[in-house]
Amino acid sequence: MTNAPTEAIDVARQQPYPGAPDNWKRFFTFSTDHKVIGIQYIVTAFVFFLIGGLLSMIMRGELVTPEANLVDRTIYNALFTMHGSIMLFLWTFPVLVGISNYLVPLMIGARDMAFPRLNAVSFWLIPVVGILMLASFLVPGGPSQSGWWAYPPVSLQNPTGNLINGQVLWILAIAISGVSSIMGGVNFVTTIFRMRAPGMTWFRTPAFVWSVLAAQLIQLYGLPALTAGAVMLLLDLTVGTSFFAPERGGNPVLYQHFFWFYSHPAVYVMVLPVFGIFSEVFPVYARKPLFGYRVVAVSSVLITVVSATVWVHHMFASGTPGWMRMLFMFTTMLVAVPTGVKVFAWVATIWGGKLRLNTAMLFAMGGLVNFVFAGITGVMLGSVPIDIHVNNTYFVVAHFHYVIYGAIVFGIYAGLYHWFPKMTGRMYYEGLGKVHFALTLAGTWLCFLPMHFSGLMGMPRRVSSYDPEFALWNVLASLGGFLLGMSTLPFILNMVSSWIQGEKAPNNPWKAIGLEWLTTSPPPVENFEEIPTVISPPYGYGRNEPLIENQSEAVPADGVTT
Amino acid sequence: MTTESSIAQSREADIREEQAHEAAENSKFGFIVFLLSETVIFLSFFAGYIVYKTTIPDWYPPGVSGLDTKDPQFNTIILVSSSFVIYVAERYLHDKKLWGFRFFLLATMAMGGYFLYGQAIEWSNLSFGFTSGIFGGLFYLLTGFHGLHVFTGILLQTIMLGRSFIPGNYDSGYFGVEATSLFWHFVDVIWIILYVLIYVWQ
Repeated sequence: MTNAPTEAIDVARQQPYPGAPDNWKRFFTFSTDHKVIGIQYIVTAFVFFLIGGLLSMIMRGELVTPEANLVDRTIYNALFTMHGSIMLFLWTFPVLVGISNYLVPLMIGARDMAFPRLNAVSFWLIPVVGILMLASFLVPGGPSQSGWWAYPPVSLQNPTGNLINGQVLWILAIAISGVSSIMGGVNFVTTIFRMRAPGMTWFRTPAFVWSVLAAQLIQLYGLPALTAGAVMLLLDLTVGTSFFAPERGGNPVLYQHFFWFYSHPAVYVMVLPVFGIFSEVFPVYARKPLFGYRVVAVSSVLITVVSATVWVHHMFASGTPGWMRMLFMFTTMLVAVPTGVKVFAWVATIWGGKLRLNTAMLFAMGGLVNFVFAGITGVMLGSVPIDIHVNNTYFVVAHFHYVIYGAIVFGIYAGLYHWFPKMTGRMYYEGLGKVHFALTLAGTWLCFLPMHFSGLMGMPRRVSSYDPEFALWNVLASLGGFLLGMSTLPFILNMVSSWIQGEKAPNNPWKAIGLEWLTTSPPPVENFEEIPTVISPPYGYGRNEPLIENQSEAVPADGVTT
Repeated sequence: MTTESSIAQSREADIREEQAHEAAENSKFGFIVFLLSETVIFLSFFAGYIVYKTTIPDWYPPGVSGLDTKDPQFNTIILVSSSFVIYVAERYLHDKKLWGFRFFLLATMAMGGYFLYGQAIEWSNLSFGFTSGIFGGLFYLLTGFHGLHVFTGILLQTIMLGRSFIPGNYDSGYFGVEATSLFWHFVDVIWIILYVLIYVWQ
């Protein structure tokens, strides 16, 4: 009996399409392989990370002295607008979507995402968004100067009178990024719901997959609201309708509702996958099961639900009536419950574990500490009296940079180091990784901790000159900022040189438990020779039970090899 | 040898069919998720409409006292009925009766086309424009955005009609038709809410 036809299918599976290149050139093609797309996302996002970082270096350079002497006020406004927009829409979202894209099909035992071509289209829209954003530096009047939130009436000003101006390009870029994200959301949700391997019930699904699902559900319910607001803003700006223009009877505060209904939950779109990364990294390097795995998984979904009810806390100072402030203060504090549950679960996972402090674990632990700190200032900001006091000061900047840089960027680094051997088939240099971690940790605290103090003293945000009494804190923050800028250099050096000439990685270098570690490093085109059948929950460290049927290489109970 | 290869061939066909079935089910699931997400865009516009309607004292532009509901009422009846017509078309396709499918699909397209025509007539007779205050903006934004969806629906139906002339195209599955039909029901439900908001609640 011949099995030629299935062999033919197997051979076809080795190539995404006939004649596809199998070397580095495939990263520059319209590939439909989720792993290629994932790496395309990650590398593209990193390019924008460097551009966005460069803009913040100019801002920190300006803020070294109290006087405005490096750039003029208009350019400064453009700098913080583009820094925020690029870092959120072109770095944090894409890099996390890239990591999720790479890992989710591997973790659930699927051959690819549910809609591979749609996935490729989602990615290729990102360079378009980037080009539109950066092109705004070249049009008359320069890029948008109304901040990444684009509040009217500031965002409705058009001094050049041109139809194509920085603000219009900005809105178009956001709209395209939204289209890309909604397509991605549909793809992720369908993949996770329908393509899990046999035996992978919901409570056998890794916490990372749960958190990606939760994050993508937020994209699907939140982004349309931002899109609606953006459409109305664009019409106001170009056609002359009066939805948000106060001089024509419009209500600018309504825009804030549309904007924050998405943009507050957006922080959970970014932080949830990072929570997922923490949940994967801690058990591996502590050699213990994830504490309270089911609760951790369900709390991701709870965050999705609660996060839809908190947006007005961004508008406590926008003329919001008292009863509404109280209501949203309550819901805001409520988010601390499911996130607190996660924090306790991670601490309990580490507690009494046999820790391996390599770079991924260091970044995860550093990220956890930073996140706890950010969470405390978050609860402070959620309470109306404190929020009113520090509204529009550097305290707010400090808080969200602890969230975005301290927790999310640290988590991204943890994930990139942890899965680097899987993605590239090479090991990274541990020593350089630790230098990277030390510089990043020092830079983060030196840059963002002083902002709490200048903020509490009353230094307003979005200014290029300030009262000399804030000078000390700003010099420290600028030094920290430059340190952060430098800290990316060992990372780039490490990743590039390891990928080219690093030591060959085994399939499961960390002796971790999870479907992605049961295939080769890097995985073949359709991930698995045969789709595995899952027979036990994840994180079985110390339980010595196989994860899948016919598991050839069981993970030892305390398989510490390094 | 011939038996072996024919067994192998039918096995390959089985695998292919199973994969195609899975893919179609995934597509249906994904399409429903997409429609739910689209619903939120409309809900956001509706929320905006309700906020403005309840807070602005001079709601209508000067010289406008309200909207005439006679023609839109007829339009609504046509559009809502077309949802049943496309359902009948789908049933005919299910029973492999292609001509019945084509006839009722064409009828759906005609009704959708009539709706758009009626809306164009209504727009041309209105005394206010897109920039006539908040009401003007919202009216044209909502009806226009919905009209764009009706137009997309008709476009999808045209493609589905064209594909029915490719022999054997709908033999094993017809996800495209199901999606088109779902989209049409979605456009209908949205219109009912929109009609109540704009025309009934004056």
